[in-house]
Amino acid sequence: MTASALIIDITLWGSVLILGFMAWQRGRVVLVSSVREGSMDFINIVPRIALGVIGSGYIAAVIPAEVITGWLGPDSGWFGVLTAVIAGAATPGGPVVGFSIGAVALKVGGGSPQVIAYVVAWALFAFQRMILWEIPFMPARFVWFRAAVSVPFPFLAAAIAMVIGKP
Amino acid sequence: MIVIGALVAVCAGLVWRRDGIDGVLKILTHDLWLFGEIMPRVLAGCLLGGFIAEILPHEKVSRALGPNSGLKGLLIGTAFGAILPGGPFTAYPVAAALLTVGADFGATIAMVVSWTLIGYGRAVAWELPILGTEFTLWRIVISLPIPVLAGWLGRFVFVRMYPKGEPS
Repeated sequence: MTASALIIDITLWGSVLILGFMAWQRGRVVLVSSVREGSMDFINIVPRIALGVIGSGYIAAVIPAEVITGWLGPDSGWFGVLTAVIAGAATPGGPVVGFSIGAVALKVGGGSPQVIAYVVAWALFAFQRMILWEIPFMPARFVWFRAAVSVPFPFLAAAIAMVIGKP
Repeated sequence: MIVIGALVAVCAGLVWRRDGIDGVLKILTHDLWLFGEIMPRVLAGCLLGGFIAEILPHEKVSRALGPNSGLKGLLIGTAFGAILPGGPFTAYPVAAALLTVGADFGATIAMVVSWTLIGYGRAVAWELPILGTEFTLWRIVISLPIPVLAGWLGRFVFVRMYPKGEPS
């Protein structure tokens, strides 16, 4: 286990303990009912996470990274921004894959606004994160609504990047 | 769920045709391992969500993050998303808990978008080492207004789609 994973686990379980202590101060009933609620959520979510985690490996294996880097053409203007947004949403895998593709695109001469659009679109819409995490935990209506109102923002980020330029 | 299951089955079939049964098993063992590693964190996230739903007083949350919380509510959601520790296993259960205790779609969108765009966890752990400090800071500065704007747009659309409140 890496150091950053350890830090994540410590802050995570630390927060659980602190909030658990706060619940306990409100009385045993509050503590028991919140633990029961959290555990029920956990039991309901496990099969979906199992499908997501085990299944997403296969989805990622079918979409090779080169395809996505190819889409991020250098200095391709607004058309490049559009392809970058689609590529960001279609990128499989976790943060390592998403950011590495962004880094490769920068190295091979991709325009900064396009790479910004790619990273922002990946953060907002990466299909694997939405399938694996957002849809199982959140009400489906919220997820679609959230995704729909987020659509303009990778383009806005690219526009800001074009205006202010790279420092 | 059925759609995702079908998609997974098709992709597993494609992997099997390309790499044979070894390829399928290699991905399966890797992902099973990952699944085991993630499970305790998912449990922690669910417990956090449960505690938040019980501890936070509903009137206060709906005043601070509800439909009438204005710009302040969107800013609180953004700040909360930016400082939330952990990964998706905490962000989404906590966001779901906020929705149940009276936050509106707008403030919750601001929180989720803020977590994903300006949350420090992923930026420090992954983006800085891979894309470099300069690009990461530049990207984050450009992203700063987005959570509030997305939350505002969410609210704007929501009251027009559901003028009488959310249907149950």
